[in-house]
Amino acid sequence: MSDKKKELKPNTYKFDTLSLHAGYQPHKNAGSRQVPIYQTTSYLFDDVDHAAALFNLERGGHIYSRISNPTVGVLEERVASLEGGTAALATSSGMSAIFLTVMTLCEAGDHLVVSSQLYGGTVNLFRLTLPKFGIKCTFVKPRDTEGFKKAIQKNTKGIFGELVGNPGNEIMNMPEIAKIAHDAGIPLMVDATYQTPYLCKPFEHGADIVIHSLTKWMAGHGSSMAGILVEGGKFDWMQNDKFPTMTKPYDGYHGLSFAEEFGPTAFTMKARAEGMRDFGPCLSPQNAWNVLQGIETLSVRMKKHCSNAEEMVKYLSNHESVAWVSHPSVPDHPDHELAKKLLPNGRGSMIAFGIKGGKDAGVAFINNVKLASHLANVGDTRTLVIHPASGTHSQMDEATLKFAGLSHDMIRLSVGIEDIDDIKNDFEIGFRASRKPRLVSNQ
Amino acid sequence: MKFKVNGHEVFASTGGRPFDKKKPLIIFVHGSGLTHMTWVLQTRYFAFHGYNSLAIDLPGHGLSSGKSLKSIEDMADWVSDVIDAVGHKEASLVGHSQGCLVTVECTARYPNKIKTLSLMGGAGAIPMNPELLSLAENNDPKAVDLMMDWAHGPAGHFGGHPVPGLYHINTGTMLAKSRTIQNTLGVDFRACDNYKNGFEAAKKIKCPTLSILATDDKMCPVKEGKKLASLIDGSQVDIIDNCGHMMLLEEADRVLTVLKKFITTNYPPLSS
Repeated sequence: MSDKKKELKPNTYKFDTLSLHAGYQPHKNAGSRQVPIYQTTSYLFDDVDHAAALFNLERGGHIYSRISNPTVGVLEERVASLEGGTAALATSSGMSAIFLTVMTLCEAGDHLVVSSQLYGGTVNLFRLTLPKFGIKCTFVKPRDTEGFKKAIQKNTKGIFGELVGNPGNEIMNMPEIAKIAHDAGIPLMVDATYQTPYLCKPFEHGADIVIHSLTKWMAGHGSSMAGILVEGGKFDWMQNDKFPTMTKPYDGYHGLSFAEEFGPTAFTMKARAEGMRDFGPCLSPQNAWNVLQGIETLSVRMKKHCSNAEEMVKYLSNHESVAWVSHPSVPDHPDHELAKKLLPNGRGSMIAFGIKGGKDAGVAFINNVKLASHLANVGDTRTLVIHPASGTHSQMDEATLKFAGLSHDMIRLSVGIEDIDDIKNDFEIGFRASRKPRLVSNQ
Repeated sequence: MKFKVNGHEVFASTGGRPFDKKKPLIIFVHGSGLTHMTWVLQTRYFAFHGYNSLAIDLPGHGLSSGKSLKSIEDMADWVSDVIDAVGHKEASLVGHSQGCLVTVECTARYPNKIKTLSLMGGAGAIPMNPELLSLAENNDPKAVDLMMDWAHGPAGHFGGHPVPGLYHINTGTMLAKSRTIQNTLGVDFRACDNYKNGFEAAKKIKCPTLSILATDDKMCPVKEGKKLASLIDGSQVDIIDNCGHMMLLEEADRVLTVLKKFITTNYPPLSS
């Protein structure tokens, strides 16, 4: 018999277990093994005192489903647990999560430093819509780490970026940019939709707020819109006077100082208490439940997404109809080494590639693939393709397209979890069609 | 609010209401390595219902300056000093875990000042696992991870925070890591381990006392809490099922309901 002393190890649940169980206690829900869908707008108060206590944040609980809902709450806790965050707030879409994050952080006269490689809708939010609220942004290319530092002004309240840029796959050097943000006393906000917490936990690399469009890989099934903001809990809002609505008695919520009262969950508490009250982009309990079904299999799906993506990278890299392939797993990708560090479990399933023959060839390819779906989404279990210059980023002018790193020959591919041979066979059909316009024009 | 005790600035949350000397005072004392924020689901209620609610950060913890106090006895004297510093002659004390040792000792030392005592996850002694103590004193974050594991019951490990969207274990972890681990948790654990006077102090307590215990509390098990309560004349005991050591968050509503009844009965609020 060994007398070796057993090392103490924390027995907190790990990723795959949290994906299935976090945020939910069956014994408080009639023993229901599955999370119930609380399809209700509002919740009974015990008495007047109870009602007042809930409105005043003296007690935890639900008042009205625009502010919170028990099914949505399970989703919020589940994602917070998977990210290693203290708290989360689910919203009706990824875009509303970004908007709510910015509006919780900023007020008129404030400034943000923003990565230029973003989903087209997000670019428009920062470039055109936020200025209408008096919030200005400076765009910096994601690989220009020093540029983020130079762009910070006295009124800058945060840095925002997508960890892996959409659609060009440029990777932000998150640890270095986090240091720049923290040296300036401001938080780093990262949209990590492409990665999910299975591939990367941005809080471990210095991010302070993580945002997801849950519509994508987290749900996977492509049935439901949803978004979420997650708080890391490390950022010290009281270190300077940049965030008075977090640190001082705030008229916007009955004189409450969110930072003093709620510390590591202050941002989420303010986003919910103020943002959901005033803007109201709430997630429906049905959609929250749908997303929960997807999260149950997140790690299983992400492994298959990544292995299929790596197969597709090899296939495309050797294909006669392909001019270039961009994916962090490709050794000559400028961020290959950084990707190894930030994405140790896989480099994701988004591939950008250039098709020989330019725009016409791209259009022919898209119009002829049968298995791959041509649509404006990513992260579905099914393989998806789009031509960004004529689709997701079509509202950009030529100069903005160029600044966003887009070209007319670019195809954006979101690799699904179908049999890899079927995806390749489908692409062969598309590539054959893409070569026809050139054959015709050469005659 | 901020005030000074023994030359050092102290932070205490007033639960979102201005401090009013006319109102009776309740002081909430947090557990090892933690801060005033553990009490948010109790303090705000009392603050809005006729009390001065002070959730203090012990010296060197949370937003309070100074160095952590090295013994439970020093902390007990410091709590008495807090009562003086805010201009009150008496107070009701509420403690959690290490805060129970502090408030028991304080009540025994200053019987005329303390009007009621409420203990959550309390015991007469909290001997520390030597390995855990060593990890905390060596600033190893694993000490916090182990504490969060043991401090939450099986139900709390799944989540189900009473405040929508908050996740118990990660929130607790961030609170415990908000200052240098060896200077907060390390010093506190050593103070708990060294403290031997809990049972003797309990015998001296004559004020109304409440013990809230939890069936899944691994850090201060029910039998230890009952042993302490049995030494205090007329002590009330309330036991919560399916709950761990962090009952003030895991079962915040239940705790508040029991606490509210006990304090308002034995130490009435200022009528509005």
